[in-house]
Amino acid sequence: MITQLPILQVVIPLIAAPLMVLLRHGTAAWLLAVGVSWASLAIALGLLSEVAGGGLVSYALGSWPPPWGIEYRVDSVNAYLAVIVSMVAAVVVVYMRRSVAEEVPQEHHYLFYSMYALCLAGLLGIALTGDGFNMFVFFEISSLATYVLIALGRDRRALMAAYQYLIMGTIGATFFVIGVGLLYLMTGTLNLADMAARLPDVTDPRPVLAALAFITVGVSLKLALFPLHLWLPNAYAYAPSAVTAFLAATATKVSVYVLLRFYFSVFGETAVFRALPTGSILLALSLAAVFVASVVAIFQGNVKRMFAYSSVAQIGYITLGVSFDSATGLTAGIVHLFNHALTKGALFLLLGGIALRAAAMRFDDLRGMGRLMPLTSFGIVLGGLSLIGVPGTVGFVSKWYLVVAALEQGAWWIAFLVVAGSLLALAYVWRFVEAAYFHAPDPKMAAGPGEAPLSMLVPAWLMIAACVYFGLDTGLTLGGAGEAAQVLLKGKW
Amino acid sequence: MVTGATAIILALAVPSVGAALIACAHRAPNLRETVTLVTATILFAVVASIAPEVLAGARPQARLLEVMPGLEIAFTVEPLGMLFALVATSLWIVTSLYSIGYMRGNHESHQTRYYACFALSLASAVGIAFAGNLFTLFLFYEALTLITYPLVTHHGTDEARRAGRLYIGMLVGTSIVFLLVAIIWTWTVAGTIEFEAGGILRGKTSNTTIGGLLALYIFGIGKAAVMPIHRWLPAAMVAPTPVSALLHAVAVVKAGVFTVVKVVVYVFGVDAIAGLKSVDWLPFIAGFTIIAASIVALRSDNLKRRLAYSTISQLSYVVFAAALLTPLSVMGAALHIAAHAFGKITLFFAAGSIYTAAHKTQVSELDGIGRRMPWTMGAFAVGSLSMIGLPPAVGFVSKWYILSGAMASEQWGAVAVLVAGTLLSAGYLLPIVYRAFFVRAAAAGAAHEAHGEAPLSIVVALSVSALATVALFLFPDTLLALSRQLAGTG
Amino acid sequence: MNIASHYSYWVTMFLVIGGLYIVIARGNLVKKLIGVAIFQTSVYLLYIAPGKLIGGTAPIITEQFQVYSNPLPHVLILTAIVVGIATLALGLALVVRIREAYGSIEEDEILTRDRDGER
Repeated sequence: MITQLPILQVVIPLIAAPLMVLLRHGTAAWLLAVGVSWASLAIALGLLSEVAGGGLVSYALGSWPPPWGIEYRVDSVNAYLAVIVSMVAAVVVVYMRRSVAEEVPQEHHYLFYSMYALCLAGLLGIALTGDGFNMFVFFEISSLATYVLIALGRDRRALMAAYQYLIMGTIGATFFVIGVGLLYLMTGTLNLADMAARLPDVTDPRPVLAALAFITVGVSLKLALFPLHLWLPNAYAYAPSAVTAFLAATATKVSVYVLLRFYFSVFGETAVFRALPTGSILLALSLAAVFVASVVAIFQGNVKRMFAYSSVAQIGYITLGVSFDSATGLTAGIVHLFNHALTKGALFLLLGGIALRAAAMRFDDLRGMGRLMPLTSFGIVLGGLSLIGVPGTVGFVSKWYLVVAALEQGAWWIAFLVVAGSLLALAYVWRFVEAAYFHAPDPKMAAGPGEAPLSMLVPAWLMIAACVYFGLDTGLTLGGAGEAAQVLLKGKW
Repeated sequence: MVTGATAIILALAVPSVGAALIACAHRAPNLRETVTLVTATILFAVVASIAPEVLAGARPQARLLEVMPGLEIAFTVEPLGMLFALVATSLWIVTSLYSIGYMRGNHESHQTRYYACFALSLASAVGIAFAGNLFTLFLFYEALTLITYPLVTHHGTDEARRAGRLYIGMLVGTSIVFLLVAIIWTWTVAGTIEFEAGGILRGKTSNTTIGGLLALYIFGIGKAAVMPIHRWLPAAMVAPTPVSALLHAVAVVKAGVFTVVKVVVYVFGVDAIAGLKSVDWLPFIAGFTIIAASIVALRSDNLKRRLAYSTISQLSYVVFAAALLTPLSVMGAALHIAAHAFGKITLFFAAGSIYTAAHKTQVSELDGIGRRMPWTMGAFAVGSLSMIGLPPAVGFVSKWYILSGAMASEQWGAVAVLVAGTLLSAGYLLPIVYRAFFVRAAAAGAAHEAHGEAPLSIVVALSVSALATVALFLFPDTLLALSRQLAGTG
Repeated sequence: MNIASHYSYWVTMFLVIGGLYIVIARGNLVKKLIGVAIFQTSVYLLYIAPGKLIGGTAPIITEQFQVYSNPLPHVLILTAIVVGIATLALGLALVVRIREAYGSIEEDEILTRDRDGER
């Protein structure tokens, strides 16, 4: 059983998806989705404990030994990622019941959960597979499911958002597969570990460089690295609330992992960061992401869009950590992967509660929310504090490590820019505070129901509580991130 | 008898539990206020129970948890923290008493939120006072800013919202951009951020870096209100007067200067940076703030605004004294934290008392008010004496040590600044006392003038704090002992 | 480098650039999808062309044949084609829904309508 964990992680949600379609029943599909998500979490935790301390689990699909067959290769990096994804899934799926019932037509429910299961399967597949082409396929599985999920949003703009994401996402995935194809041509293998072993023997470096460029651009589109983020704000703003929370916490994070895997485990740190100015380019783009996206966020009229732009900025912090190419920097990036997944997931879950009453999510609709929905509003404030990086929240841990990483390299100006970015976060978070707490509620709204239902509040607050807990006890998150960084820097997979 | 470590945890837990109880008792105002008073009293008793140990030379410690490798939430009670905690918690009792009269007298709304936030801000202040390292200090420093935000914006008006923006923007902004970087920089340079007598940066880095770090600390600790990071303090005066009194004359601003003194003594080390070229700009900045803020105070007609600028000026006395880098002046800095607290809270109490009884906010309206409110204006006079530094008020003691420090090290420019500051503070406070008692009120509408003293609890509170100002002049032994230990001259 | 021997790459690059150009330059949502489809097709060529050896046969192990073509790219591209079809189908389905919601499939008209809706 233990040896089958890697494949079960992917196959369970993958099989559940068509089952849900056959069931044709919303509640049954939801129950199945809950079971699948919780099973995924259990499996991911099992895998993580299996590889803790530098272990490696290799699973040969269909018993075809690698490098000929497809291999699932799990180390502490992708086990950590699988835990993030399935943990968010396990929380969000509980929340989905009420939120989806409100936002998606009844006859589409079973399809919704089916797409959700596919998306989960895709994301977990990307995380675990050790095969380049298989990764592309999972990329597309998760992306196609995502396009559908976004298009199910109530606003008609959700359709355009899904379409734009489809175009951009397909271009990104195709760029990625072109890069993989070039590597395949040069090395004759698709197994990433095998590829890494053979790359040093390649005599002509030009196709390899082209592959690096294609993969970088393709994955950057997926992870919404500035300036390739244009699909993200609309997609997040108009998707159903539960979808936004799930995607914001997982999809971009998985793409960051792919970038890390290719940079450190396939091409190798020396080729990417020492021989090429990748670090400087990534640094410049990350800082631009932090500042441009944060400033744009401040001027948004729609709360969901504001936090979507904030996501672009926070992704900038993650890639900033990567760009330092040091143990501390990588640790900062990876721990922020986790921390931001928690924070943004929680924030979008809470916003989903508000969406029940103010569908348009404009700042004017938030008047008096502090009084109407005190728990939801206070949760959003706490999540906002984590975005700012106030001590006692997870955001502070990330920021501390980023600044240490910058100072280690003597780049004190980067340290200042990192903390200055927090000020912009303060500005946009405070817009919510002032809207929610400094106005009397609209009488129309005040007559409506009060807090969001418990089945939505509890999961959201669970994540907010985790934001604070992991801000004070970082043994698990920082330990995992540190180990992942060590494994990545070692280079061998 | 509780031991030091337990007492430290208790000192943090008591106000937090108190806040929770206050929130539970929101339907029963009398019960709620009783809880506040009881909590304040217990807290003071707990804090005071640690004092004998510290006076005997012990340094009680408590470690809560390790947040990141090398970063702990840990507490160590040393003399300066003891002093600050004693001042803040003892004045909380008085302020609670005062709050009851003020909040009821002015029919303020959201009183439960008010009392709960007040209790939590005291917990943060105690956390700052007892912090054993820079990380813990920073944690509670930020907590104090955030928890006082609802108090500053209590009235929820547009003006309060704008003031709140300035408050949160300047305090959180400076602390994240400068203070946090300074702390992390200290960590990377010194390898530790635990406070240690003699300083942790001693001999670890170049003089230029020391200068840069000091600048980051001074401007990062926005609560110390050194110009040009002072604008938030007058803005925060939109809050109800008890908030201005305890938080913006005692807990918040004192947390600022406390942090400055703590950093100078325990991170840099007084004698380690004495005479360094790279730090000699600090007395100029502080001196400038003393003079400039006094001049602004002199020209303000609004009473609370005048007191706010007076606070800015007096806070810089502490920074200035610490910046002189002599044992005597450091002692004076510690003393002045306490001295100014008692004096200024009395002045704010009086201002709030006038507002409650007479609804007056401008200095020019106060002609002859001393006859109708003799207790209030009497206390105001005592507070003024303490601000100026005249006996029989405790302000005299602290100014004496600061001046002695300046003279002993023959820094004549500093002496001149101190003298000028004293004259200016006399210039902006004494005319108020003069107006109140010796100028006859212009004949105005009788109905408007028909008021007597403020409610009893207000009068009691301000009399107690005025008495304490005098009592500390007569019996300054505990204060002196603690500050001597800090300066290492005892 | 012999241009003639690399002609399949030239065709691939032409399709990549042509497809991307259509996506960027056209405002019609269906035409954009056609551009994406062309762009994806280029990848099929990129994978399959190098797998073919002149004179090679299918990889059937007998004594008669020594030279085999690589079958793996074919299998991969079979998958990629499926993905491409799925993407195109989903994209077209979205366009149908967009046309129902907006009454247009021209990008600029849709954006104008959204902007008017905001007001």
